[in-house]
Amino acid sequence: MKKLLLFLMVVAVYVLHQDYWNWKNAELVFGFLPTGLAYHAGYSVLASIMMAVLVKFAWPKHLEDVEPHEPVQGKPEEERH
Amino acid sequence: MIPVIVIGAYLLVIAGIGFFAFKRGKSNTEDFFLASRSIGPMVFFLSIFATNMTAFAILGSSGQAYRQGIGIYGLMASSSGFVIPLTIFFIGTRLWALGKRFGHQTQVQFFRDRWECDGIGTVIFALSAAMLIPYMIISIMGGGTVLQDISTPKGSHDALIPYWLGCATVAVVVTINVFFGGMRGTVWVNIFQTILFLCFGFVAVTVISHALPGGFGEYMGKLASDPKTSSLLTREKMLPQFFWSYTLIPLSSIMFPHMAIMCFSARKVTAFKRTVIIYPIAILLIWLPCILLGVLGVATLGKIQDPDGVLLRMLAEYAPVWLAGLLGAGIISAVMGSDAHQVLAMSTMFTKDIFTHYGGREKYGEKGAVYFARAFIVVVTILAYAIALYLKEKQGIFEIAIRFAFSGFAAMAPVMIAALFWKRSTKWGALASTLFVAATLIGFALLQGTPTPPPAAAKPAPVQIQEKVAEIAKPDSTEPKDKRVEVAKPAPAVVADVKPAVPLDANGKPKNIIWQIGEGKGAIPILSRAPNGDVRFLSGYMTVVPMVFGSAICMILFSLLTRPPSKQTIDKYFSKTQTGAAPPTPASLTNKA
Repeated sequence: MKKLLLFLMVVAVYVLHQDYWNWKNAELVFGFLPTGLAYHAGYSVLASIMMAVLVKFAWPKHLEDVEPHEPVQGKPEEERH
Repeated sequence: MIPVIVIGAYLLVIAGIGFFAFKRGKSNTEDFFLASRSIGPMVFFLSIFATNMTAFAILGSSGQAYRQGIGIYGLMASSSGFVIPLTIFFIGTRLWALGKRFGHQTQVQFFRDRWECDGIGTVIFALSAAMLIPYMIISIMGGGTVLQDISTPKGSHDALIPYWLGCATVAVVVTINVFFGGMRGTVWVNIFQTILFLCFGFVAVTVISHALPGGFGEYMGKLASDPKTSSLLTREKMLPQFFWSYTLIPLSSIMFPHMAIMCFSARKVTAFKRTVIIYPIAILLIWLPCILLGVLGVATLGKIQDPDGVLLRMLAEYAPVWLAGLLGAGIISAVMGSDAHQVLAMSTMFTKDIFTHYGGREKYGEKGAVYFARAFIVVVTILAYAIALYLKEKQGIFEIAIRFAFSGFAAMAPVMIAALFWKRSTKWGALASTLFVAATLIGFALLQGTPTPPPAAAKPAPVQIQEKVAEIAKPDSTEPKDKRVEVAKPAPAVVADVKPAVPLDANGKPKNIIWQIGEGKGAIPILSRAPNGDVRFLSGYMTVVPMVFGSAICMILFSLLTRPPSKQTIDKYFSKTQTGAAPPTPASLTNKA
């Protein structure tokens, strides 16, 4: 259920990107910002919030326990000279 | 002169950081290419952001906003702010884990091991390298152009730093930084660079708004109230199909080798948390001021010859000289930040996927591999510099190549998604996808080059292409042509195509049909050509649409028709204990090399 809700959230945010209703709107917000630009600036903030929700509820926690491989060892650069 | 001094000081700092990183380095490839997978959260964000941000984010975005208005933000910036963090979240974290566990340092190393293949990995390598090379060349060209523009005194045509010297300066500084510092030097520089160009937009907007009588509001009001410029504050000139199809382009980001390699370099997977959350905001901080200033340039500067130089022109007009130099350094930061990662990525790919894979490391040892990597950096930069000089006039070709590269890398995303999340995927599916992407790239490139533009577009008229398209697409337009905003020389963009529309006929179907199914009114146009020569799919979609979906279909079909990898390999990558301490397999040991 949680996965479905998160999936729907991502789809909803994606759909909101296609704001056909602002296509020909030349009005200014706060007297200087075109509506379409203000909308998409707000959309960027929304995208950030969406990612915060995903990090909170869909974080791949199992990846935090990955056992590292053994890297090939090398000497510090200073020791080479 | 002052801007040149400021930028010179900046470049010295960059080179110095490279030397300092050299002292901290170790003589193995994992340290040279990935800084021993030790990058912390904040540095990781600053570096991955610098990797992905080119000079286009500052100069190109404002230039495109000057030409086409505010729609560019939604088209490129907010779509990237949505898609790129998602790909880093779902793909980047998995890549990190696989790199950490099995020692992979490139995408191809992972593909070879995941699908038990050798030659197919080499095919994927060849396609990736071919798509990345133009990007490196254009970075040097861009750096040379910016340094030349910034160092040209007001009212003069003689630059203190000519193009050849500008290209050489960028190439030398990037080479010093990457040659000595490797990934460590590159990310340290990125900290400095990203902070500088994140501040750029805020400072530029503040300074310019103070210098404008009446502030932004008055100028924006004028643009909105004037019918000939009000369309710049809307997306009237942009086809919704084009706008939608552009959302597929940011899929390319995680498939760019330098972005994927960055994902391998984080110390912990938790470094991705902060990155994906801040990423859209960082894009907002850079793009919003640049788009705003680009549109404002129409009101304050009027007609200019080179729209991509609109921001530099506004800085020259409205900012103090020393600040213009500092802001110029911010622009150079964007150029060099991504260029350094591209050079390092090319070196990593050649060293790991070719030199090491085909026995170079066994013959010359780990130290020899690092020498090879460094030698490769010098050679590739010298070649890129020579091409940047001798093909200066052919810059448009590289810009088109980059536009294709964005579509190509986006179309390779299904390969990566299948490798990570679909057990049943096979090497033959990967090969089919890769060949499909290569074939469509070549096919669309050939169609792009076909000299059959419509008569109106063939005439070299000093009218912006989009104005022309809008006139054709809007039969009810009554605006006199001579009243429209005219731009003499629309410079091409250094990113995926932004020319949106195809000319439509009276029935709303595309003109300049390349291929259609059926005849007459019932005909379905499959491919058509926009006035700038770009190929469009169906009623105006970008070619990235059939490329991405075609690639995905190839992957699915050919995987289902062929034998999957061995159970041992599938268990290695998909067992529930995948993240545990499984014993290393011979294949993983090979990949450590």
